[in-house]
Amino acid sequence: MSTVKIPPVLRPSTGGEREVAAEGADVGEVLRSLAQQHPDTERQLFGQDGTLNRYVNVYLNDEDVRVLDGLETPVGERDTLVILPAMAGG
Amino acid sequence: MASGAELIRQVKERIKEIDPRDVRERLDGSPNGTSANGSGPDAQRPVVVDVREQHEFEEGHIPGAVHVPRGHLESRIEGASADRSRAMVLYCASGNRSALAADTLERQLGYENVESMTGGITLWKDRGYDVDVPRALTTEQRSRYSRHLLLPEVGLEGQIKLLESKVLLLGAGGLGSPVALYLAAAGVGRLGLVDDDVVDVSNLQRQVIHTGSRVGEPKVDSAEQAIRDLNPDVEVVKYNTRLDASNIMEIIEGYDVIVDGVDNFPTRYLLNDATVRLQIPVVSASILGFDGQLAVFKPYDGPCYRCLYPTPPPAELAPSCGANGVLGVLPGTMGLLQATEVIKLVTGSGDPLVGRLMLYDALATTFTDLKVRRDPECPICSRDPESISEEEMGVFPDYEAFCAAAG
Repeated sequence: MSTVKIPPVLRPSTGGEREVAAEGADVGEVLRSLAQQHPDTERQLFGQDGTLNRYVNVYLNDEDVRVLDGLETPVGERDTLVILPAMAGG
Repeated sequence: MASGAELIRQVKERIKEIDPRDVRERLDGSPNGTSANGSGPDAQRPVVVDVREQHEFEEGHIPGAVHVPRGHLESRIEGASADRSRAMVLYCASGNRSALAADTLERQLGYENVESMTGGITLWKDRGYDVDVPRALTTEQRSRYSRHLLLPEVGLEGQIKLLESKVLLLGAGGLGSPVALYLAAAGVGRLGLVDDDVVDVSNLQRQVIHTGSRVGEPKVDSAEQAIRDLNPDVEVVKYNTRLDASNIMEIIEGYDVIVDGVDNFPTRYLLNDATVRLQIPVVSASILGFDGQLAVFKPYDGPCYRCLYPTPPPAELAPSCGANGVLGVLPGTMGLLQATEVIKLVTGSGDPLVGRLMLYDALATTFTDLKVRRDPECPICSRDPESISEEEMGVFPDYEAFCAAAG
C-alpha cells in the first residue's frame, strides 16, 4: 500500500482524510484506487479522456510524475504520492 | 639627481594620459554603439583602478573602480587584471600617483595598455561626474543591526546590501504583514506596499502589522505607520491600488525582489509574466486552512509559476481564505519563510528555494520539499524576455471562463 497525501481542497471529497492508503503498481492505478474509495475525487483528478487534469500536479515522493512516466510510473509499497493543486490564498 | 617634480614630469612624458571625459565615455559604452567585431562591450571597457589610500577610496570613487593602493600595486594589480593587454585606466587624487603607477605597470610589469587619468578624481568630480560613496553605517545603525553584523553570512557587506535593497510586497494582509515587519526590522532600504484594502476587524486575527485603532484606514497607511515606528531607515512607497495589467509594469520595475502574497490566480499569472519579462525574482507563498506553499521563482535560473502551474484549477477547486478560513498563525509562518528567502536573495547567502516547492502542513507539522523543473515548452519563460508582450501577460487557457466563474 502506498500513501496518497490529500491537499486541503480535496479533503471534502475524502471525508476530511489527509492521507489515504491506496493499492496499485503504478501512479494511474494508485489514483484510480483512491477514486474508487472516494468517488468525488475522480472528477477533480481526471478529465473526460481519462488523463490527469493539467491543473493537478502529482509527485512521486519529491518528483513530478510528468518528468517520470506519468500515470505509468511504477509505485513501490513505501512510496508517497503528493497531489498538489495550485492555491492562491494570501 | 632629478627632483620629485622633475621625475613626475619625465614620467608623464613617457606614459599615456587620458582626460576624464574620455574615461567616462568609454565606461558608458563606446559611442559607436555595440561592437560589430564580436569582441563585446567588455573588451573595450577599460578596467579602472583607483591607486589612492584606503581612506581616500572610502570617501568616494569612480563607480566600478577597483581599489589597488599604489603601495600594493605590484602585488595586487593582477587581481584587477591579469591580462597584460587589457585596457586599464589608473587614477588618483590629481594625476601624479597614477602617472607613477602607470609607469611601473608598463616598464616593470609589462602592461601594454595603461593610461593615467589627468587631474585625477578631483577633476572628475569638478566635471560633475558620478562618484560612488561606499556606505558606512552610523553608530545607531551599528547598534541596531549588530546581530546581523556578527553573522558572517550577513556582516557589514550584507547589511549594506539590505539597506540598499528595494523590495515590493504585493498585499499588506496575512502574508504581507509579517514580511513587512521583519524586512523593515532587517533594514531593507525601500519597501513598496501594494494594497487597495482598508483594515477590517476580521483582519486582526492574523494581519499583525495593523492594529485595532487603525480599523477603517487604508492598509498601506496603517502598515507605513508600523514600519516607521519600527525602523526609520526604511523608505515606504505606498500603492493604494490593485495590481492589474494597466499598472503592473510601472509599479514593479526597479524592485530587486517581489514578495507575492496575492489572493487570486489572474494576478499571480500576470505577476509571473511581468516578472519574467523584467527578470525580477518572486518569493511566492500561498495559504489555505492549515496548509502553506512556498517557492522562489527566479526567472531563467529556475522554473516560473507557469512551469509549476500551467493552468489554474476551476473556481470550485480554488477557494479563497475568506471562503474557507485560515489559521491565524499560518501566514506568520509562511510570511517569515518568505522574508528569510528575500534576505537570502538580497545578501546572496545560502541556497534559495529556487526549483523547489515547499509544502507546510501545520496540523501534521511536516515540511515537504518537491522538485520543480523548468518546462522547456513553458509559454512564457522558454522565450526571450523581450518577446513577452503586454497583451499576453496574465492570460491563461480558459481565462474568460475562469474569471466569469470566479466572479
